Amino acid sequence: MSTGTPIARGLLPERLIIPMDQQAGAAAVPVVEVGQRVRRGEMIGQPGGLRSAGVHASASGTVGAIREGPAPTVNGLTTSLCVHLETDGRDEQAPSEVWPKERDARIDAICSAGIVGLGGAVFSTAEKLRDDAECDLLILNGAECEPYISCDDMLMREHPLEVVRGALAMMDLAGAESTVIAVERDKPDALRAVREAAAQLGDTRIEIARVPTVYPAGGERQLVELLTGREVPSGDYPPAVGCICQNVGTAFALDRFTRRGEPLTSRIVTVTGNGVANAANVEVPIGTPIRDLIDFCGGYRGEVARLILGGNMMGYALPGDDLPVTKAGNCIVAAHSDEVRESFGEWPCIRCGDCADVCPPRLLPQELLRAASVRDFDHLDALGLNDCIECGCCDVACPSQIALTERFRQAKQAWAVVSKRASMADLAARRHRRKLARLAAQTEDIHRQQYDLIAAIGSEDSRAMIEEAVARASRRRGESDATH
Amino acid sequence: MVTGTVVLSSLAIALAIGLVLCSRYLAQSEDSVVDEVERILPRIQCAQCGYPGCRPYAAAIVAESAPLNLCPPGGEDTVRRLARFLGRDATRIASPATLAGAAAVPANLDGIAVIDEDLCIGCNLCVRACPVDAIVGVQQMMHTVITDHCTGCALCLPPCPVDCISLAPRHA
Repeated sequence: MSTGTPIARGLLPERLIIPMDQQAGAAAVPVVEVGQRVRRGEMIGQPGGLRSAGVHASASGTVGAIREGPAPTVNGLTTSLCVHLETDGRDEQAPSEVWPKERDARIDAICSAGIVGLGGAVFSTAEKLRDDAECDLLILNGAECEPYISCDDMLMREHPLEVVRGALAMMDLAGAESTVIAVERDKPDALRAVREAAAQLGDTRIEIARVPTVYPAGGERQLVELLTGREVPSGDYPPAVGCICQNVGTAFALDRFTRRGEPLTSRIVTVTGNGVANAANVEVPIGTPIRDLIDFCGGYRGEVARLILGGNMMGYALPGDDLPVTKAGNCIVAAHSDEVRESFGEWPCIRCGDCADVCPPRLLPQELLRAASVRDFDHLDALGLNDCIECGCCDVACPSQIALTERFRQAKQAWAVVSKRASMADLAARRHRRKLARLAAQTEDIHRQQYDLIAAIGSEDSRAMIEEAVARASRRRGESDATH
Repeated sequence: MVTGTVVLSSLAIALAIGLVLCSRYLAQSEDSVVDEVERILPRIQCAQCGYPGCRPYAAAIVAESAPLNLCPPGGEDTVRRLARFLGRDATRIASPATLAGAAAVPANLDGIAVIDEDLCIGCNLCVRACPVDAIVGVQQMMHTVITDHCTGCALCLPPCPVDCISLAPRHA
């Protein structure tokens, strides 16, 4: 419903809220001060550690505030340090970055340009390309992850050349030999556009694959298996089977950076649902409050039951529309009350097994539910909780309407906290033992020193030495008295 | 009849000897039980249980000279896990035991010690109080906390003569 019109541009809200925690790794560290003027593309947050990425001003303006606030991050709706930017509408651009010559410098540049996976996982693109594992195949994911989302489709239709060029740059950086661009069967326009672009560039290493439109074929594990027949082992990532997956939006962002020196400051967002006046794909500056985006699309229509970020299946309902759009925000659904499934509340699990039949990574959601309810993390691990891709298929299949995915998401978070505590406790215990050992050794040491001293004083040699020292001291005292 | 009796009784004697030998040589040593109990405890070494560290408390639990609920940072979850591991009854511990080392500022697993570096006089007392060597500093110089190693045990707070240490929430 959002593919009828071209990508809408020109959205510029009065105020941008740009979170520092927009990537799967460490949060960025702000490098601007309140009151400072910034131009579009200027770095406002530098990469702050492992798998981090830079964050840039998405418009020119003045920094109004830097404070903690609610923001959608990879850990769900939490808080993040946010830079509030009052835009001035002049859209001044920062000087463009130079694309370096060496591979390592290029990868570092990608990291500081803030380019992360725009499919929704926001994993550091630089980290993926840096990986030294043997990769022969780059898979460019143009299979939308969810039924409602069409931002990748529109991007391929309108900017096929940029997307394919970005893919070639990625392929070279990753050292892959060929590229497969996966496009779903029900997107003939995108397919044609990408095919023409590939022909125009004339690179024979690019292949275009039509994949069936089956949710969740857009998941990278599912896509790798579909295209190559290689199954990604549990707990591992596609590089383990020689593949590297990138989203078409990421390829577009990379091309924009290599060609025009512009870091990532905007993304295409699908705004859809019966609760919004004009469903559309919009190029949105990162940090735009969702309310401004909805207003740009003509505002709300009728009775909006729920505002969902990230699509119907994997997304989550938002408490309000004053939250910013982040790099991960691929879709916003304003669900009208006639679209929402009538809920009768959760009923007990009847162990019908319907959820296990539909689970794409072939897990046992009913068993996971039992283990999650008693927080039995060992059992959850054995059942493969970390392989859950949170696709939401089990939620739809469940006749008792149990919110399974939400439970699994919470269990994953709780597990992360518990295992982090355990490793911290190990470290603390080790350091405490070391301290006790050191103290014991010290006390022993002092005793020995005293003992040695007493023994030494008793001996003939030392007595002579002491007398000599006393004589020397008194002589020096006499000398200094004489000079005064 | 006789053969049966002889066979069965000799079998019984052989098994009994085997069991005795097993219990003597293959027994789980007290130490390994203490290890396991210690692993269940939060191991932040805050000494609020009245023992000088988590391991001494674990040893006391195994020796049945201390109740299971002396660990405030561990909370109810730890009591339940201890009871399950040791096969003791968690429900029988009715009232919370009074804590020997009850501190003014309780230890906090989500906390971290922060030294106000403008106020620190470099007295070195907190360095000595820290059970995990998470504070660095020499005398007469400003001290600071290694955040990755601090457990939030709050043991450095009382010795500070200028009250420049406080517990702050730990950021992920």
